[in-house]
Amino acid sequence: MPSDPLVAQHVLEFPGGYTRTTGPVIGRFLSELRARRIVGARTAEGRVLVPPLEYDPATGEPVTGEYVEVGPAGTITTWAWVDEPLPGHPLDHPFAWALIKLDGADTALLHAVAADDPKALSAGSRVWPVWRDRPTGHITDLSHFVPEVTKIVSNVRAEYRLQAGGALRVFLEGVARGILLGSRCARCEKVYVPLRLACPECGSDLPDTLELPDTGTITTFAINNLPDPRAPEVPFVSAYILLDGADIPMIALIGDVPAHEVRQGMRVRAVWVPENERTASMANIRWFAPTGEPDVELT
Amino acid sequence: MGNRCAVIGVGQTYYTTKRRDVSIAGLVREAALRALEDAGLTFKDIDAVVIGKAPDLFEGVMMPEAYLADALGAAGKPMMRVHTAGSVGGSTALVGASLIQGGVHERVLVVAFEKQSESNATWALSTHLPFSASLVVGAGGYFAPHIREYMRRTGAPGHIGTLVAVKDRLNALKNPYAHLKIPGIDQKMVESTPMLWEPIRYLETCPSSDGACAIVLSSESAATGTPAWVHGAAMRSEPIFRAARDTVSPQAGKDCAADVYRQAGIADPRRQIDVAEVYVPFSWYEPMWLENLGFAAEGEGWKLTEAGATALDGDTPWNASGGVLSSNPIGASGLIRFAEAALQVRGMAGEHQVDGARTALGHAYGGGAQFFAMWIVGREKP
Repeated sequence: MPSDPLVAQHVLEFPGGYTRTTGPVIGRFLSELRARRIVGARTAEGRVLVPPLEYDPATGEPVTGEYVEVGPAGTITTWAWVDEPLPGHPLDHPFAWALIKLDGADTALLHAVAADDPKALSAGSRVWPVWRDRPTGHITDLSHFVPEVTKIVSNVRAEYRLQAGGALRVFLEGVARGILLGSRCARCEKVYVPLRLACPECGSDLPDTLELPDTGTITTFAINNLPDPRAPEVPFVSAYILLDGADIPMIALIGDVPAHEVRQGMRVRAVWVPENERTASMANIRWFAPTGEPDVELT
Repeated sequence: MGNRCAVIGVGQTYYTTKRRDVSIAGLVREAALRALEDAGLTFKDIDAVVIGKAPDLFEGVMMPEAYLADALGAAGKPMMRVHTAGSVGGSTALVGASLIQGGVHERVLVVAFEKQSESNATWALSTHLPFSASLVVGAGGYFAPHIREYMRRTGAPGHIGTLVAVKDRLNALKNPYAHLKIPGIDQKMVESTPMLWEPIRYLETCPSSDGACAIVLSSESAATGTPAWVHGAAMRSEPIFRAARDTVSPQAGKDCAADVYRQAGIADPRRQIDVAEVYVPFSWYEPMWLENLGFAAEGEGWKLTEAGATALDGDTPWNASGGVLSSNPIGASGLIRFAEAALQVRGMAGEHQVDGARTALGHAYGGGAQFFAMWIVGREKP
């Protein structure tokens, strides 16, 4: 829009600012602020006015001369949210103007409250003052108020060096070569995969290591609709697969088939990553995919 | 079974998603002080404190029992912590009871808690260790395949789970402490919620809750107020990886039930137990546990659910309190089952009281359905 020659800017500002005498009561209040204390004046009726006045506004009687330290925390009685602060506002990001009844006071003080969003505040919210670095004896010595601390973030981090030892090492070295190793219990003859050293059922050694085929039967499964970094998409199927010759199922991802076409009893085979991408890890098996054989009847 | 043991006080917090107003210590004290008040006692009257909670990773506080000991008045007294995953609340009650039954102490305070809002249970249960190929995502991801297998074996119709989801939430409306309150909940509402881990729908799962539960146990001579008497107490476990393990109806659960029934002289649980508080975190576990606990023959559990036998006005009410499906501060969930069983036989269950309840079962399971804890409490002395 072209500038209108009949519109002009005009600033009215007394050079250096007005000098304003405080009188004894406000002067005491501001002096206390400079010392990072907030005080109110007691009225003849015993009420505590904050900020203090020289007189009781209800009766016109002078206040008693007794100063009472209040706060520093208080409770919001009512508030208005400021989405777009103006120049001269105490904060340059969204904040609330609030009436704050400081602990021990009978009247509320108007001040700014910083909060992340209006939902963080309500009538009854507890707030605490944030003091300006260099107090000068001005209401802005109280920079603003902030909500009471009700929560802290506690970072807990434990870093481990995990070493695949014993049975797991042997199993994963097999997986690196594209072979699934199991072991058979000397006493109950159950075949466990992954290979392990002791039978969970009877505690006996599992002395016989054997190679298991990478084919098996889905005994049961879940269709997961929650994303997981280990699954390529949602939904994904995690299935119990009883490898041929094993007595305990492994849990693995099912692929190359829509989730809702997976069946209990379905025959599947491991889909291995190319040989040059293999490591000593179960990531070598991308997933298990249907073989196309007829389903196995489960008992 | 040793000396007689009674529950003489029960205290619970109101279960909710986030208790923003209290610390963990404040949370457990709330339950403990209510239990002591119920018993007409103070911390001074307690000989020992047993604390239970599920994995430390849920709150990220290692060995919280050490920090909570003085919050629970245990200074100068024996204090111990129990941990058996989800069944821990039940196991904690049983460890406390054993201290009475064994004649070691006269009065024991048992407290269990979880403040799930401090982190996220699915994260804490799915830590993805290196070298592992496990694709299990949270507890629902673990239990969904076993529910599917139950449905296949029994031919149970697909809507059975939704019946439990509705029934337990209707009961929760009568329990002031329950977390989930869904007025007007019906089958259609449950069916309209998304499948999280098919065949488990959103409203067929338990909530994440903050909360604590406490009970005061006493010997016969130290009993006060209205006692619920322990008639049987049993725990069992089994290896999670075991060939030929029945994950639908675990042997450890059957053995635990047989043991607790033998102690309490129960031959027909459906007829002799007036009300049962059973750990059902996913709706389908009601029919599954009906069979595992001998309330129904194998393959028949879902028929009891379908017929309304387990409803508050049914012939064998299950989870009158709303159960784990309505409130789930994990570490406390088992103890809440045990405490609710005690409230029922004390006649103090309020609006969800089963009229004339004299014998009640408290049940909890944990891990991959590998840890079991159960007790039978009665109005009369054993």
